[in-house]
Amino acid sequence: MKTIDARGLSCPEPVILTKNALAAKEDAYEVIVDNPAAKENVTRFAAHQGYQVTAEEQGEDYILRIQR
Amino acid sequence: MKNEKTTIAIAGVIIGILAAGLVYFGNPVNMGFCIACFLRDTSGALGLHSAAAVQYIRPEIIGLVLGACILSLINREFKPRGGSAPVTRFILGIFVMIGCLMFLGCPFRMILRLAGGDLNALLGLVGFVLGILTGVFFLKRGYTLKRSYKMQHTEGALFPIVEIVLLVLLTAAPSFIRFSEEGAGPGALHAAVGISLAAGLIVGALAQKTRLCMVGGIRDVVLFGEWKLLLGFAAILASAFGANLILGAVTGTSYFNLGFAGQAVAHTDGLWNALGMALAGLGCVLLGGCPLRQLVLAGEGNTDSAVTVFGLMVGAAVAHNFGLASSAEGPTANGKIAVVIGIAAAAVIAFVNSSRKGEGK
Repeated sequence: MKTIDARGLSCPEPVILTKNALAAKEDAYEVIVDNPAAKENVTRFAAHQGYQVTAEEQGEDYILRIQR
Repeated sequence: MKNEKTTIAIAGVIIGILAAGLVYFGNPVNMGFCIACFLRDTSGALGLHSAAAVQYIRPEIIGLVLGACILSLINREFKPRGGSAPVTRFILGIFVMIGCLMFLGCPFRMILRLAGGDLNALLGLVGFVLGILTGVFFLKRGYTLKRSYKMQHTEGALFPIVEIVLLVLLTAAPSFIRFSEEGAGPGALHAAVGISLAAGLIVGALAQKTRLCMVGGIRDVVLFGEWKLLLGFAAILASAFGANLILGAVTGTSYFNLGFAGQAVAHTDGLWNALGMALAGLGCVLLGGCPLRQLVLAGEGNTDSAVTVFGLMVGAAVAHNFGLASSAEGPTANGKIAVVIGIAAAAVIAFVNSSRKGEGK
């Protein structure tokens, strides 16, 4: 599983990193973000690409598990 | 996800109505909201520049920041963050303001000018899109200002506190605060403090909730085929247009004047309207959001955005002190040079902060 640490990055960098990673067409990814806007944006993007996304709040961060 | 789109469309409609309403209550024409103009007026009131026509502490700005701040505290989204290239952001803020004051409005006012029939804003929009496309080009090449980090709560709270201080200065009106005298210009035209503040609070909260961003709309469509933010942009345009027509019919004074010439707080130099907004569009993509979004993020405790807003305010002072800001007569020679320098500076900033290798590390 590939992990993308997008904490602290400005809009829309977390989504760009996710998009680039998804291009490798792996089955599962983990994206770490630290603000709700990035969480929503990454979730929306991955969902549009046909992935299932579950979010877990971990302290200040959100762990987004993206699966086919 | 449908839900999100409905929410932002409704928010856009409310914002459009409030913007038109603020003009009815006294704001300059097509200037229910203008983040660039209002920060410029606030800079003037604090004496950072001495353009007597544009000096007033705009309560809309205070409301936007505090509305976003209060809602983010309620929904536990107030998170002090900072440290992502603050000096670069400050400089970009200066140039974004110079671009906005070439055009005479921020992206938000560009929409409101369109809704009021000001066709000069169409050329602004063309430039704005080109600027955003240039920014997207660099984003795709890996442009980043690197990470921000967690900050102390006091650090994140300082900017909202500064807005409260501004509200106190506005109400107490000590003699060292400058207010445009009646008839002096746009700075003297404003709705009552309570109305402006309330409108700002509502729009600030709505923008916090929906992540509304004028630059993000076009950027996300180009980058990801994502229409959510652009829908907010379109809803404001449609609703302000409708509200202008209704206000015009009810009051008998026209709130919608289609054409290029004779528009309020605007000029007809198409090339420079476009180049001004191109600079604003590029700068805002590099900053991660339009001036409105920067205010909202600053309200949520983002100190990089707070620094950006300070940059915008200093940019307004630079623009008026050095004769860079346009007027109804058109752009100035100094302003044209500054916009060209700004586009070049933004391009250099974009270039040096882009590297495909650094991606994802």
